[in-house]
Parts: sequence; structure tokens; C-alpha cells
Amino acid sequence: MQTSSPNKVERIWRHLRSNWQVYAMLAPTIIWFLVFNYKPMYGLQIAFKDYSIFRGIDGSPWVGLEHFDTLFNSDQFLRALKNTFMISMLSLIFGFPVPILLALMFNEITHHVFKRTAQTIVYLPHFISTVIIAGIVITAFSPSAGIVNALLEWLGIDPIYFLIKPEWFRPIYIGSGIWQEAGFSSIVFLAAIAGVNPSLYESAVVDGASRWQMMWKITLPSILPTIIIMLIIRIGNLLEVGFELIILLYQPATYETADVINTLIYRQGIQGAQYDLAAAAGLFNAVVAFVLVMTANTISKRYSRTSLW
Amino acid sequence: MQNMNLYSRGDKLFVYVNMILIGLFTISTLYPFIYIAAVSFSDGQAAAAGTVFWRPIGLTLAAYERVLSEPLFWSSYKNTFIYTFGGTLVSLMIIIPGSYALSRQNLYGRRFWNLMIAFTMWFNAGLIPFFLNMRDLGLMDSYFGLIIGFACNAFNIILLRNFFEGIPESFEEAARMDGANDFQILTKVYLPLSKPALATIILFCMVARWNGFFWAMVLLKDEEKIPLQVYLRQVIATLQDDEEFGASLIQSVYSFETVTAAIMVCSIIPVLIFYPFIQKYFNKGIMLGGVKE
Repeated sequence: MQTSSPNKVERIWRHLRSNWQVYAMLAPTIIWFLVFNYKPMYGLQIAFKDYSIFRGIDGSPWVGLEHFDTLFNSDQFLRALKNTFMISMLSLIFGFPVPILLALMFNEITHHVFKRTAQTIVYLPHFISTVIIAGIVITAFSPSAGIVNALLEWLGIDPIYFLIKPEWFRPIYIGSGIWQEAGFSSIVFLAAIAGVNPSLYESAVVDGASRWQMMWKITLPSILPTIIIMLIIRIGNLLEVGFELIILLYQPATYETADVINTLIYRQGIQGAQYDLAAAAGLFNAVVAFVLVMTANTISKRYSRTSLW
Repeated sequence: MQNMNLYSRGDKLFVYVNMILIGLFTISTLYPFIYIAAVSFSDGQAAAAGTVFWRPIGLTLAAYERVLSEPLFWSSYKNTFIYTFGGTLVSLMIIIPGSYALSRQNLYGRRFWNLMIAFTMWFNAGLIPFFLNMRDLGLMDSYFGLIIGFACNAFNIILLRNFFEGIPESFEEAARMDGANDFQILTKVYLPLSKPALATIILFCMVARWNGFFWAMVLLKDEEKIPLQVYLRQVIATLQDDEEFGASLIQSVYSFETVTAAIMVCSIIPVLIFYPFIQKYFNKGIMLGGVKE
């Protein structure tokens, strides 16, 4: 042991000297993660402190779990928690099957040009900014100028001011999410379909199976592992509601159904400067999300014997 | 024989119904864009009255004239290009060498560094600590702050690192025999072999930058520095506030609706121009995106 120690030091030294370029290349990445990911994690301690800007993170006094106590006695926070789960679950229930159906249907299209054109179009909204999505929604659902109310009027229905009606917020939010992401999300299922063994179809054709039967009895079961993994990932990210679109679409009138944890954090923390309380809400969110993601990864490991990462 | 015919007739019906359904979905995806474009070229009064469906009513360029005469529109457009290209360049300068280093089998602490990066995908400090950190670092209200603060992420690093790890060692060995150092191996051997992975990362970075608005809105106070999406958001907010009073202001030949629509069209056009070029990398990118640690 004693004699190997200087040897080891020398070996490390030689390694560093001949590979210094590798470590120089690694440095910016590591520094970036320390400064922009790990330093904020250190700053999370303000969730347990009475934070004041003047005293800074280290100088502010500890208050224990006071902020968490405040949160769990606050109707606003509990409402945001409920809304986060509701919006996530509804998006999952209505949004998750759409890309699978799209992929199955795209797979059945034999007309090459038609297929390619349709795919090009349905992938497009994924690349459009949230602000534009919100702009389209606000214009289309406007009570006076919007196409939706124009159609309702044509059908003899009185105009509805959709964006100030709490009961309409979730359908509009989830619908625009499906419109934006369903097409692009189908790619992963199409890739899984491309990997299905062609001999399965060949023998099915010999047995006289219809295309409808092959779609349900061969294609769908073959991509089931992909479906399950995608489902697990979605459940792991249950708390990750796209709050940017919510910030753009909600109004005080719709907070009741629209306000989620991150939008509450934004209003109270960044706009209202209640940093410590908002950081506590964020920490709660992050810990629950962490547990969900870890559970999802463990389940997927067991299921597919490959980790998601 | 009878059976065969029956099946093929059923199949034909299936194929047509399927095509019609996909066609309908495609049209409903496309329709909002057509609607917005139609509104943007319409007369303000017609747009405010909700008479525009799929083609401009009272064709006019008034909204565009109004938008293009706004200095803030031009400065925010310029800023979006700065954030998109500057941001992507800085991202690549960090991600490429970092991924190369992490792909080296003999790197000291390799497992530790990889775990340190992957951990940020699972646990995130959240909005407030990140915001306070940016403020404490003096990175508020600056081009540099917005660019460097979002230059990197675990996903892109792992994606490229995995791609580098898949390059056969023989390439590297041959270069070493010729006396190449790591920097040369990266630039002369690895990068030319990694075009699909690089294209995917460039695509991800550029799309995120072009579309990003939340942090730009939070971190930038100076109007001269805001990107197009934040500017658009301000205009939409005016529109929304206005609607709360039940009437949309009609100003001569353009209205808030047509002006907003015109800004949206101007913001989408560059995406549409780039779209055909990036399209061929979708499938590859998504497959590479199935990252494993």
C-alpha cells in the first residue's frame, strides 16, 4: 500500500499531463452546471428561511417549516395543487391516446405523397411558440372577433366569452395542447411501428386477415412496450404542466380552474417578491416530481429491463 | 375467392376512411394558421366583427404597415436573431467539448460527472432559486445573461455523448497513430462523423431560443433587449385587457386583431422557411432522443 501510493500519484499526474485537453474541454460544462443548476439548489434553503434581499441567502434567519405550514393552510396553494393534478390527468387521459391513434393511422396510408404532406403539416405546430399558440387561441375564441363565436352565432347560439369562463379553461388548454403536440408525439410510435417484424404481417395476409385486424391484432400489440414506457414517462412528469401557456391564457376570472403551482409561484414569487414562500412551494413541487420520476424509472427498469436514462 | 373479394373490399373502405380521417386532422391542424393569415390581411373592421373565416375580407396591408412602422417590432426581431444564433453558438461551444470529454472511457470521475449532469434532469431547484441566482450573478437585463443562463442542458449533453460513444474506436486509434491530440480528434474525426446528432442539437437549441419567452419576459426589463415573443405577448396582453371591457377597439383600417395576427405571421415565417431543412432530421433526432445513461 505504502509503496503504491506515490506510484498512483505519479500515474494520475501523468494521466492529467497527457490528457489535459480532455479536462479543459470538460471544465466549461461542469462549471455551467455548478453555477446554473447546483448553486440554485443551494439557494433552495430560503424555503426554510425568512429571506430578505438585503441579508442575502446565507444571512437570512431560519424559520423551520413555517412557509410549508402557511402553504398547506392556504386555499390558493391547495387549489393550485388540485388544478395541477387535474390539468395533468385530463391532458393524459385525452391527450395520450391521440398520437398512438395517429401513428396507427399514418402507418396504414399507402399513398406516399399524401402521407408525407400530412405528416409535414401535423408536425409543424410543435415548432410554433407558446405565445403564438396563445395568440391564436385568444383571437379564435374572442367574443366579438373570434371564429368560434361566429360559428356559434351561425348555429343560433349566443356568444360565449370562453376565456373568462372557468369551466372552459381546461378544455381549451388541453385542446390546444393536443393540437400542438399530438402530431409530433406520433413520431416515436411510428418509429416503434417501423420496427415491427414484417413476417408477422406476411403470415397474417396468408391467413386472410384484413388490414383492420392487422392494425389491432399485430401493430398495436407490437408497439405496446413503447406505449407503456411513454405512459410511465408521462406519469413521472405529471407535475410538469406547461405553465407558460397558462400564464398567457388565464385571467383572475379563471384562476379557479387554471392556476397551477408554477403559475402561483410566478405570481407570488417573481411578481409579488414573496421569494421564500414561493421557493417553498417550488421545493414541494420538485420533491414530489423527483419521487414520481424515480418511481417511474424503477417501474420501467423492471418492465423493460432498460432504464429510461 | 368470394372471401378474398370481401376482404379486399373491406380493406378498400378502411383505407379510404383512414385517409379521410387523417385528412381532416391535417386540415384542422393547418386551419388556425390559415385563419390567422386571413385575419392579418383583413380590414380591421371586418376582423373585429368576426366575419373572417379562411380568406381575407377587405384585403389590406394596413396591419403590416402598422406593425412594420413600429421600432420595437424591428428591435425585438433583431434581438430574437441575436438570442437564437448567439445562444445556439454558445450552447455548441459548451456542449460539444463537454460531451466529448464525458465520452472518454479513461476520464477520471466519469461516473460522478455523468451522474451530476443526469441528476439535473430529475431534480430542479425551481423558478425562484434560479431567478434569484441570475439576479445575484448580475445577469438580469442583459443579452449575455439570457444566452449563458440557458446555454446547456443535460438532455443535449447526454444525447451527443451517447452518439460520440457509438463511434468505433478504430477511427480514433488511426488518428492517434498520426499523432493527433484530443482537440484534433474531436474536430477532425468526431465532428464530421456526428452530423445527424449535431443537426438535432442545433435544431433543439434554435427552436428553444426562437420560441422562448418566459425567462426573457422575467429577466429583461429593458424594452430594447426583449425578443419578438415578449413583444408579441405585450401586444396580446393589450388586446386581452381591451376585450375585458367588451369591445375591441377599432382603429381605422386595422384593429388589434389584425395587428396581432400580422405580428404572429411575421414570427412564423422564419420557422416556415427553415422547416423543410430541419424536417429530415426529425426521425433521427427523436431516435437519438431515446437517450440512455
